[in-house]
Order: sequence, then structure tokens, then C-alpha cells
Amino acid sequence: MARKLKLRIWRGDSTNGALQDVVVDANEGEVVLDVIHRVQATQMGDLAVRWNCKAGKCGSCSMEINGKPRLACMTQVSAYGDDETITVTPLRAFPVIKDLVTDVSFNYRKAMEIPSYSHPANLKPGEARMEQIDVERSQEFRKCIECFLCQDTCHVIRDHEENKKSFAGPRFFIRIAELDMHPLDTLKNRKKTAQEEHGLGMCNITKCCTEVCPEHIRITDNAIIPMKERVVDEKYDPVRWLGSKIRKREGIV
Amino acid sequence: MTNLEKYKYDVVVIGAGGAGLRAAVEARESGLSVAIICKSLFGKAHTVMAEGGAAASMGNVNSGDNWMVHFRDTMRGGKFLNHYRMAELHAKESPDRIWELEVWGALFDRTKEGKISQRNFGGHEYPRLAHVGDRTGLELIRTMQQRIVALQQQDARDHGNAESHMKVFSELTVTEVIKENGKVAGVYGYWRESGSEVLFEAKSVIIATGGVGKTFKITSNSWEGTGDGHALALKAGANLVDMEFLQFHPTGMVWPPSVRGILVTESVRGEGGILTNNVGERFMFKYIPEVFKNIYADNEAEADRWYLDQDNNRRPPELLPRDEVARAINSEVKAGRGSEHGGVFLDVSKRLSAEVIKKRLPSMWHQFYELAGVDITKEAMEVGPTCHYVMGGVEVEPDTAAAIGVPGLFAAGEVAGGMHGSNRLGGNSLSDLLVFGRRAGMGASEYAKKNSENPVSDAALKAAAARIEAPFSRTGGENAYSLHAELQEITHNLVGIIRTGSELQEAIEKIAAIRARSANIAVAGDRKFNPGFHLAFDLDNMLLVAESTAKSAILREESRGGHTRDDFPGMNNKWRQVNHISSFDGDKVSVRAQALLPIPKELFDLFDIHELEKYMTPEEITKGGSN
Repeated sequence: MARKLKLRIWRGDSTNGALQDVVVDANEGEVVLDVIHRVQATQMGDLAVRWNCKAGKCGSCSMEINGKPRLACMTQVSAYGDDETITVTPLRAFPVIKDLVTDVSFNYRKAMEIPSYSHPANLKPGEARMEQIDVERSQEFRKCIECFLCQDTCHVIRDHEENKKSFAGPRFFIRIAELDMHPLDTLKNRKKTAQEEHGLGMCNITKCCTEVCPEHIRITDNAIIPMKERVVDEKYDPVRWLGSKIRKREGIV
Repeated sequence: MTNLEKYKYDVVVIGAGGAGLRAAVEARESGLSVAIICKSLFGKAHTVMAEGGAAASMGNVNSGDNWMVHFRDTMRGGKFLNHYRMAELHAKESPDRIWELEVWGALFDRTKEGKISQRNFGGHEYPRLAHVGDRTGLELIRTMQQRIVALQQQDARDHGNAESHMKVFSELTVTEVIKENGKVAGVYGYWRESGSEVLFEAKSVIIATGGVGKTFKITSNSWEGTGDGHALALKAGANLVDMEFLQFHPTGMVWPPSVRGILVTESVRGEGGILTNNVGERFMFKYIPEVFKNIYADNEAEADRWYLDQDNNRRPPELLPRDEVARAINSEVKAGRGSEHGGVFLDVSKRLSAEVIKKRLPSMWHQFYELAGVDITKEAMEVGPTCHYVMGGVEVEPDTAAAIGVPGLFAAGEVAGGMHGSNRLGGNSLSDLLVFGRRAGMGASEYAKKNSENPVSDAALKAAAARIEAPFSRTGGENAYSLHAELQEITHNLVGIIRTGSELQEAIEKIAAIRARSANIAVAGDRKFNPGFHLAFDLDNMLLVAESTAKSAILREESRGGHTRDDFPGMNNKWRQVNHISSFDGDKVSVRAQALLPIPKELFDLFDIHELEKYMTPEEITKGGSN
């Protein structure tokens, strides 16, 4: 049942590093994180890897597997051919700390820059009434597990360190969209600030973020494009801001 | 120690799960400075794995619900071993804690009237769990994470620095709670990233570190569930209460092996999923215990009708409390009626349409499809018990969450004991961490305001530093990974779901032997993000937890909730009057019996006397509660 798997792991730190080849047993049904753990327990006791829930719910074990941003806990070894070498490398858009672990503090700094939810002053706890259909739009974005794969894959920052200062990235565009579409949020102009302060305009909707999202959030279609469109609309028609609060915008492709 | 990284805060919170974050919010809102320390990144805590919902008697779906009904359900679920005051506070305060999350931006699923929707769950008389699909824990964590960001943004406006009064220290392990003059003085630990050491001086410390699942081989817990807080508290001189009670969640994944133990939410049964064995028998009808016969249906027709008419039918037995269902599955498998991979079948595909399943149980669908190749809208899942939750924990004062015996130390959430008695109801964990997280925040703040700084001495610093350095100074010693695997085998085989006295004795001896060997752990590599080094400390905590559990379990000669003795199969009402208190003398854990506080009359009177007769001795019944 067990097979010998060829694994190539990037090992190193911020100063230097290299790919190292190992051969490790892989059993039926195992995911890449399982075999990395086996390498850790049997061959490289100090191999650094972040992980937590091992069920695709916490978004910790983000890495690049054969060059694609993925969660190691949700990537089946059987998806790769018997003779294929699986190469695991750290997220490229963020500085390496050690081996497969990167410094993702960029994302926490960006989170701090997004204005928080603002509850209606006159609405007491327990008094909120919302339609299911209205909360579902924001709920889609609140499924985000903050794995930051979308941030990693986004070419605006992946290849352009200099853009990081002015670009919040897909994860935070859906955060802004979530608040913008929140039926109760009272802060206005979220789309405008997304455009002017968080770099929404730099996104040229290549949908790379949507493709890598393990939660299948339609980042581009349901968050980025509607915000981009309305930034333009609102200059002419402020009434549409109200409309955006009331009903779900259906299937923009 | 001149180069040591040092901080000073009013309150230090260890753990950034639901309880820790709620505590931190409360402490900051009371005007104090707060450090939040977590082993993972901010927002990754195990709370995100909680799926089903948070129990709160808001009465949005059935207006018959109120705190008294919730209190009764909680006590019943815990087989009346719960600390009555904790169960009372929890039942009374959880609705407010849920509504408060909405004020911070949470978006729960709604009823037709636009209120927060509530779903059915095992042991709850009415639909009671506020939920967001099957990712409720994530919603709680994200809401409080974002609340903390909001408070930091306010500090940035008021003080020019977002981290001036509250800072999150992620990927930092705490190795010690330091006391001076008999009171809490701070905590010591190391950055996981660099291995370098940090001292936090603090007036009060809140432990909110969650559970102990990684002590066991098959568990729903992530790597973080290593009993750190239980061990930190023990070592600081606090007590653990009732550590024999562990909840084996009845439905964990069983196949493929790499996902064994991962949680399958109880919502699957709440939404109508049924359990069958390998001959297609819906077996739970055979396992309804005497104490529950009046509220659970004894035939399929009535059980099925309950989904449509809950007022005139008894509940399906799939929704019995978790301990009952876990034992039933265990018995079916032992009797040879299990599935191919040693579980039973859980099927929701026959009751709900594919569309509804994907909407109500999206992450379950996803989890089975991606990890097991099973489409739960078409076929049954294979499930079996998995170590999920520890009911035992730090002995606390219910109102303040203060750890008994250690001034300045507080504990909330899974790491605290008493609230759930011998068995926790599903949904009571998320509400527990909100209610007692807040109370711990209040308790710790009040203490910090009343007490002056308590500086940490050089002697204490040196001792803490020496402990961290030790594994690197040894060569050719034991391997932490293998010792951990050995410990998990012992707990799984000898301290697991079904226990006997002789096996527990064997476990106690074997755990002691591993503990002796663990003093020789040597670590390869350097301090930088070195998991072998991290495990050495986690293992020490797990060993103390395992010792406490085995030693408590061998004393309790009855079966109750999350403690089943093959050699003492029945529940014994005399044992209901006993808590087991673990303490640590620096060398070994000792366990003693302590009388359970009697239930006061006004809470006693909430129950039907005939129900109480099933749990209490005739003398207690005659007495009718304390005054």
C-alpha cells in the first residue's frame, strides 16, 4: 500500500537556501502535509512547516506545491503520478523565515488599515433583523480562512515588492466588499477608499486569486468587479449605494 | 539577563481562541493594557474547527426556550456533575454574548423573521444553536479578531499607536507562569520563530489554551491541543478538576487513515442524518438509556416525524448526548457490525436534497469530497469516535474565573473545568468561551486594578531560562516524536473510551516511565522555528495531563459521561457527589476526592423530582437542595 514518494523540499532561511531531495513513504489517502510530517519525524527533525487544523479550515499550511499556491493539508499525494517528484516551496510573495514558513505579517498590517465594521448607533444588541438573502453576500466572503494564497498568487505583489505599500490584495478586497455589502454597516464610501487607498484600481481582474481560493470564494466576480463597477457608477448615481445594500447582485461573469 | 526581551502589561492572555480573545476584549475595554499570546498565527486557533453553533436560549425558533430549559439540558448532559453556578451563569448570559457579536459585525444565519436562526443539537430540548452554516467557530474567531483590530484602531487614534495598549504576540510558546510572593508575577516563554526568550511581567494572567486532544492518538484537535494551560496551571499551584472526563465525539472521519479523527459535525445528525451499521440497522434505538427514555423516540416512525413536528414527537436517538452515541458506535463496531474501516455509517443523503446539504453543511461536503472522495449528497459517510474535548480543567471560581489557589491566575474556555460536568453538550462550548471568556476578562481586570506590580526576580528568570536551554545541551538522548507516539498509544489503548482498573494502573506506570525518559530529550538543529524543540515542551504538558487523567480515572469506580469503566458499568449516585482534584508537587500529580457543592434550592426546584431521583441519593432528594 505504501509507496516511495520523491519529495523535493526547499530548506533554508532569509539568507540562503536550496531544494533538498528526500524519499519518504506515502500511504493511501495521504495528503502532502502528511508526508512532510513523516519527513519531519523521521529524517529532518527541525524542518519548519506551519500547520494547524489539517482539515482545510484554518489556512495555516499554505505553501507552493509544484509551483502552485495550495494548502498542503488539502492536496492529495495521489493527485501526482507515481514517478513524479513533488516539489514544495514556501509562499513566494512573502519573506522566508525558515524552510516552508514565511513571514505573512504584511497581511496583518493590511487588516489594520481597513476601517472596521460600524454598527448602527441606535440598534441595541438583539434588535438586528436581516434577511437571509442579504447576509449571504457578505457570508460568502466571511468564509475566508486567511490562508493568504490569493495574496501569494496575485501578480501585483508577487513580482512587485514595491506595490505592497499601496495594494491591500484580494483578501482585503473581499473584506472591504463584505463590509460594504453588510446589511447594517453604517460607514460610507468603502468602495471609494478601496479604490483610492487600498489599491483596488491596480487589480486587472486576471482571476488568479479566485482560482487558488480553497474556499471557492468568487473573489473577482462577486467582490472585486462589483466594487470596481460601482466606484464608477457612484460618481454619477449615489442612489445606487442604497441599492447595493438591499439586494444581491446576481451572477456577474 | 540584560538582553532579555521584556514587556509589562496589566493583563496577559495565553491563548487566542474564542475564550482568550473574548477575555482580551473585556480587559482592554475596562481600560487596561493587554498582551495576547498564541502559539499559532492570530486567527488560526482551534475554535475555527467548531462547526455546529453556539447554544443560547434566545428563543428565536421556539419561544418555549429560556435559560432554565438550557440550564436543565446542560445539567442533564453533564449527568449532574456540573458546577451548578457555572451552568447557571452560562445559561443566563449566553444570549447576550451572541447578540453582542452582532454588534461587532458577526453575520449569523437568519430565521424568516430576520432574527438569528437556531438549530437542533444533541441534548438540547429546543432548536438553540446560533450558527453560520457549519463554520460557526470561524465566524466567532473572525468577529473577535476583527473586534480586537477595531480596538487597536481606536488606540491608534487615541494614542498614536495601534499596539500601545493591546498587542498580539503570535507564534510564541509560554513555558511558565511565574509567581512571586505567592502571587502571579508574569509569564515566560520563547518565540517559536527564533527560539529567543521573552518575559512578560503582568498583574494578572488568563489561561485560555483550550484542550488536550493531542495526548490521544485519534483526535479532532489540531497540534495546539497539548494541554499547555492545564500543565501551566498545575505547575503554578492551581488544581485541575475531574480530569477523567474526556469527550469522545461520536463522529470523526475514519477513512482514509490520514484524516482519521477529523470532526464530522453533529449538525449532520441535527439536520436529519441517521446512523446505521453494516447490516443496515438504525441501531441507536437499542442504546437509549433509562434516564432518557421519556424524551427520545423508540421507533423510526416517530423519530422521522420529529423532524416535521417537534412538539408532538420524541427526538431521534441519534441526537442523544455525545457520550451515549460514542459508546453505542463503539459497541456496534466491537460486535462486528462496523464498516469496512472500523466505523459505522452516517447518512444524510436520504433525508435532504443535494442542494440543501451543500447549503447547510458546506464544509462537510467539501471535507469528504476532497479528503475521502465521498459525495455526502449521494452516499453515507464512515464515522467513528474521536477524542474531541476535555471536560476536566482548571478549578475556578465561577463568577470571576479565578483559578483557585493562585492569586492573579484566571482560566476560561476548554481549559477551565466544572462547567460541563461529566459530558459537554454540543454547542455549549462556543457559548462557554464567550460567557467565561468575558468573565475571566472582568475578573482579571478587577484583580489587576486592585494589585500593584509584582516584579519577577532574577532567580525565577534564571530557572525559566535554564529549562528552555536544557534539551539543546543533551546529545544522543530521546526523540520527542517517538515519545509522543508512545504516549498516544498508551492513552488510546488504556485510558480511552472504555477503561478498566487494571489497564489504568498499567497506564499510570507507563506514563511515568515515559516521563522519566522525557527528561533526556535531545533536540537536533538550532532554536530557529524548530518543531522538534517545540514538541519537547508540548510533550511535557501532555504527560502531566495524561497522568492526571489516568489517576483521576482509576479512582472513579463508576461510568458517567465521558468516563466509562468496563469494571464499573453503571452510574452510581454516590459518585455524583465527588469531584476529583489533581494537584502537582513538582514531581508527580496526586488526585483527591472533594465534595461537590450541593445545588441551591431555587435551581433544584427547576427539575422534576422524579428526574432528580435518577441522579441523586435519597438523602439529597429529601434535603431538596441547599439554601
